[in-house]
Amino acid sequence: MTTDEPAGAPRKPADEPAADPAVATAVKEPAAVPGKEKPGDDDSFLSHFLHNLWAANTVTVTVLSVIMAMVIGAVLIIVSDPAVLNTFSYFTARPGDALNASWTVVSNAYADLFKGAIIDPAAVTAWSNGTGTWRQVVFPISETLTYAAPLVFTGLSVALAFRGGLFNIGGQGQAVVGTICAALAGFLLPLPPVIHLIAALVAGLVGGALWGFVPGILKARTGAHEVIVTIMLNYTANLFLSWLILQKGIQQAGRSDAISEPVDSSAQLPAVGGEVRVNLGIVLAVLATAAVAWLLKRSAFGFELRAVGANPAAARTAGISVARTYTLLMVTAGGLAGLGGATQVLGTAHALTTQVAGNIGFDGLLVALLGRNRPWGTLAAAVLFGALRAGGNRMQSFSSISLELVTVLQALIVIFIAAPALVKAIFHLRAARSARLGASMAKGW
Amino acid sequence: MTPVSTATVDDLTQTAAPARFWDRQRRLGVGVVVIGLIATAVFGPLAPSQTARFTLSEDAEGAALSINGQLGTILFGLVAVVAGAVLLAGLARRFQTSVLSLGILGFVLSFLCWQVAGKFLPLVDTASGTLELAVPLVLGALAGVLGERSGVVNVAIEGQFLMGAFGAALVGTMATSVWAGLLSAAVGGLLIAALLAVLAIRYLVDQVVVGIVLNLLALGMTGFLYERLMQTDAPSYNQPPRMPEWRIPGLADIPVVGPVLFDTNLLVWLALILVFAIHFGLTRTRWGLRTRAVGEHPTAADTVGIRVRGLRYLNVLLGGLIAGAGGAYFTLVATGSFNKNMTAGAGFIALAALIFGRWTPFGALGAALFFGFAQKLATYLSVAGSSVPSQFLNMLPYLATIIAVAGLVGRVRAPAADGQPYIKS
Repeated sequence: MTTDEPAGAPRKPADEPAADPAVATAVKEPAAVPGKEKPGDDDSFLSHFLHNLWAANTVTVTVLSVIMAMVIGAVLIIVSDPAVLNTFSYFTARPGDALNASWTVVSNAYADLFKGAIIDPAAVTAWSNGTGTWRQVVFPISETLTYAAPLVFTGLSVALAFRGGLFNIGGQGQAVVGTICAALAGFLLPLPPVIHLIAALVAGLVGGALWGFVPGILKARTGAHEVIVTIMLNYTANLFLSWLILQKGIQQAGRSDAISEPVDSSAQLPAVGGEVRVNLGIVLAVLATAAVAWLLKRSAFGFELRAVGANPAAARTAGISVARTYTLLMVTAGGLAGLGGATQVLGTAHALTTQVAGNIGFDGLLVALLGRNRPWGTLAAAVLFGALRAGGNRMQSFSSISLELVTVLQALIVIFIAAPALVKAIFHLRAARSARLGASMAKGW
Repeated sequence: MTPVSTATVDDLTQTAAPARFWDRQRRLGVGVVVIGLIATAVFGPLAPSQTARFTLSEDAEGAALSINGQLGTILFGLVAVVAGAVLLAGLARRFQTSVLSLGILGFVLSFLCWQVAGKFLPLVDTASGTLELAVPLVLGALAGVLGERSGVVNVAIEGQFLMGAFGAALVGTMATSVWAGLLSAAVGGLLIAALLAVLAIRYLVDQVVVGIVLNLLALGMTGFLYERLMQTDAPSYNQPPRMPEWRIPGLADIPVVGPVLFDTNLLVWLALILVFAIHFGLTRTRWGLRTRAVGEHPTAADTVGIRVRGLRYLNVLLGGLIAGAGGAYFTLVATGSFNKNMTAGAGFIALAALIFGRWTPFGALGAALFFGFAQKLATYLSVAGSSVPSQFLNMLPYLATIIAVAGLVGRVRAPAADGQPYIKS
């Protein structure tokens, strides 16, 4: 994977014209990150900055990926709008009409995306006039963080497994089992408030860990490829949920549709209240990110899993038990995804339905890829995805643009991220000095 | 997994020891004995002592095979136990597969006797339903066979199905032609396959990652266009003509087989013909030999002058056409209109059929028929109000695949270079 840290040793830029003076200084100066620049070096700082701005480094590729995804999204918005398409039928006669109509529909859609995700100026004005409340001002941010919280967990689950050389596609199944266990603990156990919440979260964690244990132990013992096993377990978990939810004592009394009893209020994640739905889940998500970062960087297990991820054979020779690492890694990853499911059901859904886990497992996969499999990067990516989702809701209700557009945007962003060589080729970027191109961790079944 | 390179003298003497007692056949034997005992001792007492009728038609009428439910359950359970015991005792090694099949058949029949006791099961309807449900699975799995035998992992079958189903509905309606629909379904699958091929082969992105992301892209694209176009104006965008059933005079009059095989739609035949064609192609033609060479050892293939990347492009794109046509099943045959996420994981069952069928066309056909039967049975049971939840039968494909890849009953092995991009040095 690409790295966003400057490489320890300055690498020789391979395909850059040496005549360029900016490059000449860049070669002498290994510190490419603006923040780490030595003071009194303004000239080279600026040239470095400009130089790196158009290089295929992590930040540039990410930003360009998002922009390209938005552009393709705009095209989709235009071609799927019959009224706008009509104006294109007389494009040669009056091109202004078509361009105006296109601009209006796209800018309205993306403005709604922004207002729904970050801040709505109208709400701020209303609040300063005294006609609105602060709740309306923070509502978009609250929605963003609400959607982001479960994604942080599932994203961390995938990212952690990646670092150990495993591809955990089972985040979805693990999250589903996590929701099941958390919800069951949430409405079956009669416990006092704080303990009940902890018990429900632990139940979700254990459920997910159990669902992660299966591919882990099979990989360790028999070499069964974790991708195949986890894909199959995803659907098994879904089918199990759709059966369980209709059983007596689980299904909500007096309902004929597939919905479970609601989670006791003592087991729900405390929220700010009112329309501001953001809850303790996002705080837990930040703590989990810190924990995973510590695990990877500072713990013995983290060292082992990175060693196994880098080269299993070498790790084995060095005396690390690869089988044990794989199993433990999948258990940990499963537990994280299970916690993601738990935050979903204890934080926002409050009852099991067949769609309770939504798509958080697969979205977690995208989030991990976008976050370059780093804990804090994953957190940031999850917030971006949460923002897209929250803004997408507003876009759907205000501009009547289907929420599915957000899925398209997310998939496109990740396609471009995963193929940095593609982005580099499209924009004729320079080769980055510190970041290696190519997401090549490819290995077969 | 790669073998440990630090073998000591002790390890070597151990590997030279005589074959283990618990070899594959004996482990299989234990499994078959266990399921046989479950059938006899659990299903038997549960089965009501009423007649189970298996009618040779599409409904309750006509000739039927009848048996007392409880008797049949126990009898067929015992067949499974005996077959398992034969395997366990290490007898009949030459007929291992046949004995194994007999054991599994005994278990399935025992289960059926239990469930059908006091009711009837129309065999023709079951068989044709099985075949129809298997059609998209076969086509999807064949797409996987083409890609993966040449070394490109294809987990985007689900996305190809969705694009195929969407394209069939959209173009089929606009052109009011089922054949235009089928063609554009294939093109829809081709689009996803082209993205997969370019990203995986040209840009060396991890193939599983690309596959998963393309699934989401197809889900989002079709869902978005469905809501923008089809939901607002279904008659002009989402009412494709249905695929006609063709009856071959003469052949269709053969009992049971006739109505199943010779009174059906084109997609069924297409799937069956493609199974034979791809099997023949892979094993008997120059293209097949090259495909397998590229999938097993691309460097060696390149050395003798085979264009590795070109062949991979070709195979992935062909697979896209086939999987896209499989997607047409959902709109042109099964339902008659497109719906958001209507494939609902069928692409992953096709992937399971591919793996369970050991990456071979006939294996994939067998697995797809098995999974199709499980789905058909699940529908039958839920309609018949069975005590066995249909969800557990629907889990069968997934669980069977996990058991297969875990090597609990004989390991399945992917092509050696499956999923590894080829970088010419």
